[in-house]
Amino acid sequence: MEHYLSLFVRAVFIENMALAFFLGMCTFLAVSKKVQAAFGLGVAVVVVLTITVPVNNLIYQYLLADGALAWAGLPDVDLSFLGLLSYIGVIAALVQILEMFLDKYVPALYAALGVFLPLITVNCAILGASLFMVERNYNFAESMVFGAGSGVGWALAIVALAGIREKLKYSDVPDGLQGLGITFITVGLMSLGFMSFGGIDI
Amino acid sequence: MQMKETLLGPIFRNNPIALQILGICSALAVTSSLKVTVVMCIALTLVTAFSNLFISIIRNFIPSSIRIIVQMTIIASLVIVVDQVLQAVAYEISKQLSVFVGLIITNCIVMGRAEAFAMKNPPLPSFMDGIGNGLGYSFVLLAVGFVRELFGSGKLFGIEILPLATEGGWYEPVGLLLLPPSAFFLIGLLIWAIRSWQTDQVEAPDFQIAKHKPAEEAA
Repeated sequence: MEHYLSLFVRAVFIENMALAFFLGMCTFLAVSKKVQAAFGLGVAVVVVLTITVPVNNLIYQYLLADGALAWAGLPDVDLSFLGLLSYIGVIAALVQILEMFLDKYVPALYAALGVFLPLITVNCAILGASLFMVERNYNFAESMVFGAGSGVGWALAIVALAGIREKLKYSDVPDGLQGLGITFITVGLMSLGFMSFGGIDI
Repeated sequence: MQMKETLLGPIFRNNPIALQILGICSALAVTSSLKVTVVMCIALTLVTAFSNLFISIIRNFIPSSIRIIVQMTIIASLVIVVDQVLQAVAYEISKQLSVFVGLIITNCIVMGRAEAFAMKNPPLPSFMDGIGNGLGYSFVLLAVGFVRELFGSGKLFGIEILPLATEGGWYEPVGLLLLPPSAFFLIGLLIWAIRSWQTDQVEAPDFQIAKHKPAEEAA
């Protein structure tokens, strides 16, 4: 249990997807003008990451890894080079299914997340989490915790940035830095702040 | 003439990173040493150029409802090729790039150019557009990588330029430049520099700040 808690805390604070690995930056900068929109996107990312990372973990373990096809009588086959193609396919398909499911059964949530769901397919944080999962050899339970943790971390970062930007629009920024420039500097400062979590161990 | 514009426009005037906010995602983490940066730039430029070329060749046969999946498949296949070549030729560098080669798939520049340019234009201009945008991206990455490696560890491409104080030289390295946040600051400053030069890129502020008035006049 302790192991999973520590993994979760690591994924949220220390190895924050957005602020330590720069993943999902495009959406991170584009959709962080209003706290409400940022929160919606954050929730969508948490949901999608919690589902896709474990699913990709199963696909890797039972189909792609070296010798994974032993159950089908093909112990010498190594399909891991197909990884990238499979993960992105799984992510695109799952996002599509999730969209249809929400549309049918939870229309309120669908209306709230609607615009953001398709955007998520091309969010690097989602594919990045799956690739980290493979690189670090997480097992199924670990990958579930890691997926949820990195989603929460990303959501936290984007909501915090949106909060800052809402206040920032009233301030007098030099012309050339207006908009994108000052946002980069803000994110840099936030990233410095998050670095102080480094070394925390549970 | 138009070809030249397609090729060179994205470097300063219409830079994908500084103006269009595309493709910053995976880029920043690989700029702490120039060697890795150069490999990443070449990989991305090639993938963008060839994905644009192939998508443009078959653009009239792609049904619009499934075009994203088709584009994604072409891009992913190209990235797999790049990844395998890197692992075979430059294993050390491919280890340092770790997941970031794979993340070229979701790099918004590649998708963005495929969607915005290659779907509407013939193969040759699309190819040029891909190379141009790759170069625009490389320009920002190399600038950031240059500053970070030179002032952060006193080296360029691993060759000592500024002798470090710890090794008997005179240069005291700026440790901050080796940490992730420095990339954000550098890109922010770079955007400031580009926009001070190309003033038409400046964004309008959300709120205009009123002119300062003396107290008695305001009352």
